[in-house]
Amino acid sequence: MSANASVVATELSKAFKATRALADVSFSVERGELFGFIGPDGSGKTTLFRILTTLLVPDAGEAFVDGLHVVRDYRELRKRIGYMPGRFSLYQDLTVAENLSFFASVFGTTVEENYDLIRDIYVQIEPFRDRKAGKLSGGMKQKLALSCALIHRPTVLLLDEPTTGVDAVSRREFWDMLLRLKSAGISILVSTPYMDEARLCDRVGLIQNGTLMQVDTPANIENSFDRPLFGITAQDRYRLLTTLRGYPFANSVYAFGESVHYTDRRNEVEPSMLVDFLQKSGLTDVAVRPIGAGVEDAFMALMDE
Amino acid sequence: MKIIEAQRLTRKFGDFVAVDAISFNVEAGEILGFLGANGAGKTTAIKMLTGLLSPTSGDATVAGFDVYSQPEKIKKSIGYMSQRFSLYEDLTVAENIRFYGGIYGLSARQISTRRDDLLERLDLGHARDDRIRSLPLGWRQKLAFSVALLHEPRIVFLDEPTGGVDPITRRQFWDMIYETAARGITVFVTTHYMDEAEYCDRISIMVDGRIEAIGQPADLKKSFDVASVDELFVRLARPVQA
Amino acid sequence: MKSFRGFVIKEFFHIFRDYRTLLILFGMPVIQLVLFGYAVRNEIQDINIAFVDSTNDHVTRQIKERIRASSYFNVIGQLPSERDIREAFQRGLIKEAVVFEPGFASRLAHDGVADIRIVTDATDPNTAKSMQAYTASIIAHYQRDHLGSTALRIVTESRMRFNPELKSVNLFVPGLIALILMLVCALMTSITITREKELGTMEVLLVSPLKPIHIIVGKVLPYFVLSFVNVVTILVLARLVFDVPVRGSVPLLLAECLLFILCALSLGILISSRSNSQQTATMVSLAGLLLPTVILSGFIFPISSMPVALQLFTHIVPAKWFLIIIRDIMLKGIGIEYFWKETLVLAGMTLILMTASARSFKTRLE
Repeated sequence: MSANASVVATELSKAFKATRALADVSFSVERGELFGFIGPDGSGKTTLFRILTTLLVPDAGEAFVDGLHVVRDYRELRKRIGYMPGRFSLYQDLTVAENLSFFASVFGTTVEENYDLIRDIYVQIEPFRDRKAGKLSGGMKQKLALSCALIHRPTVLLLDEPTTGVDAVSRREFWDMLLRLKSAGISILVSTPYMDEARLCDRVGLIQNGTLMQVDTPANIENSFDRPLFGITAQDRYRLLTTLRGYPFANSVYAFGESVHYTDRRNEVEPSMLVDFLQKSGLTDVAVRPIGAGVEDAFMALMDE
Repeated sequence: MKIIEAQRLTRKFGDFVAVDAISFNVEAGEILGFLGANGAGKTTAIKMLTGLLSPTSGDATVAGFDVYSQPEKIKKSIGYMSQRFSLYEDLTVAENIRFYGGIYGLSARQISTRRDDLLERLDLGHARDDRIRSLPLGWRQKLAFSVALLHEPRIVFLDEPTGGVDPITRRQFWDMIYETAARGITVFVTTHYMDEAEYCDRISIMVDGRIEAIGQPADLKKSFDVASVDELFVRLARPVQA
Repeated sequence: MKSFRGFVIKEFFHIFRDYRTLLILFGMPVIQLVLFGYAVRNEIQDINIAFVDSTNDHVTRQIKERIRASSYFNVIGQLPSERDIREAFQRGLIKEAVVFEPGFASRLAHDGVADIRIVTDATDPNTAKSMQAYTASIIAHYQRDHLGSTALRIVTESRMRFNPELKSVNLFVPGLIALILMLVCALMTSITITREKELGTMEVLLVSPLKPIHIIVGKVLPYFVLSFVNVVTILVLARLVFDVPVRGSVPLLLAECLLFILCALSLGILISSRSNSQQTATMVSLAGLLLPTVILSGFIFPISSMPVALQLFTHIVPAKWFLIIIRDIMLKGIGIEYFWKETLVLAGMTLILMTASARSFKTRLE
């Protein structure tokens, strides 16, 4: 355990009746690190965040946040963490300004006292300060919820799926804000189902079915994908997919944006071999390029194991 | 053959113009990605096309039926599935199928053959009598999609069908979309995953109630000189202020 | 303390911004007061009665025997004089007294007329009306069987105690207070707490340094204040519009109301801590609290005419005890020495419920 760790979790397990939500999850997050938990809905992200925010008690294992035990020291810990639950938890019938000053007062502080921390975010919604939170767009709600979670200057910020259901533009802006907060020295744990957001984190944990499959930097995760990967395009994408799946040597075939990501069972594969096969199968405009894997490729490879 | 034709379709709520004179066509068997930021007017446009909301002005036909005068006929010709609501969690797989089959007036025999067929295709035969609640999210979404196709509609509307689904299931879902389109059924889909936008035959990007761009992903990227749909989207859909 | 103040202010914002809440809070008492004015007619059984009969001749003995034989009445004895009726009513010993005029048989023989007065405790006017009718009918039967139909005549005269005008509204106001307090305190409190759970804001509050006790008290304090305002509104309204009196001590009345408010608030917290949606909280409050308050408290149906099993059940309905207390204060004008037991029961219930609700309010999500 590093002395500089902000969050340390050791073999956390949690079950709800017969459903296993978390199984032996261990990891640590450094101070000032931006750490992402990447995984689909139901993978255990929310349960993990609720344990770290003292809302749930783990069945086994233990966790420390900012040096405090999440079960024993929960009262002290609650003063130090900022938490934004999955649904933006705002009072819909209170205005932007009222929500903010309410959450400030709950933590025994004032908006003025910590305004410097939230200024960058809050100025974007300040023009709507007298609007009811329920009437804000998704992106605005997200910014207000983040301001509320920050208003007491927490040392650790836990954001559970802050970008779910928010459009691509707002998501981008949100990540920019997180990067700025990181530079202010706040440790940030964020969960997301969007694989493309992994690249923005210092380190990520890939989580599926309650198990932490891999924890590393995005670059290392990508490099750990050890099979040659090809990006293939052709005129008719659906036929390309089905044809490749019918190829006896195909290991994995997944649609990926504009191309199809392909790995082969053989150790030595030349793009020309694939082009040959596809053209013989009647596909046109075939292009095969060796490419580097992304976090999503790695995630799917781990899921397949 | 054009399955959806919209001409200057407009919907106002008081002074607020949610959808501002949008015009576009969709071909039968086409996959149309319907993109836009939160609040850009996507939902309102879909409500008009599915016969749930009457337009303020403009014209549109869906499956050959007029959105003003024949909304009931439209509803019979379309399937609908959304991330938020699709199947009843406290009913079993078979009960949900029977319920939706019944809504669209299928006979008991039709329902049971199509149910068996559907369960076999999804490899869900063993889960026939399981409650929806007990199924993993990915299965639920695939099942919901199949149920939306149960009455063999000519168009299916999918509203963020893959939100929160794991990457492998997400791709399996898209395989189903491709199969559906290959059968000649039009797929109208919204998504926040920009890579999925690349899978569509054509995409439309709505900004402040208007369609700012519509066309094949490759053509749009070329004409806007961007590397990806994601980049295109961010460029067009400047943050809609509150 | 600053965070607690912010919390309470926020609660008031919620209340004053939601016109539906406001309507329930302030429209309901007025509407109910008007609507419930006419209560339901009811059956009677085993009503405790006493006789005042200074002569005790053969005619009065026969009439008394007839009354005793009916299943409606339970004769508990004789009162020395008419003056003792009032105290017997106040102590709750009897609900009705049948008064025979002195020298009953001889007056009947000489003048062909004799007076019987039926005096009922009209604290509960519906029951009182029924009791009168039954008694009069028994006497009429006796007259027909023994005295012939034309030659002689018995005049029955009834006089009411405590609620001389037999106004339902007098009786209704205490019940209404109980109902409104249940509604505002228990229902509204349980809804406001579960709403935070539904919104997810409860998660944020729990993670904050606010102590659970702050959250609870902060949530209920506004309703505590508003329900007290409601009690006063009902009393003033009842007084000005319907001329309903408060015969006993007003401070005592208000104190008992406060006790009942605390009891109802604890119930509301208890319900909200066990339910995760506003819907569940509403259903539980309606079925588990409001229904018994209306039906099993003696508000509309007299408890004495319920089956024994149901009568036993009424003991755990807080409103039953509260109703006895405030009817005594408002309509009978008697003091705590007559209902200290009921007050004690209510206080005990409140204490148990408060403890239970404080314990079941979790500092975590499960």
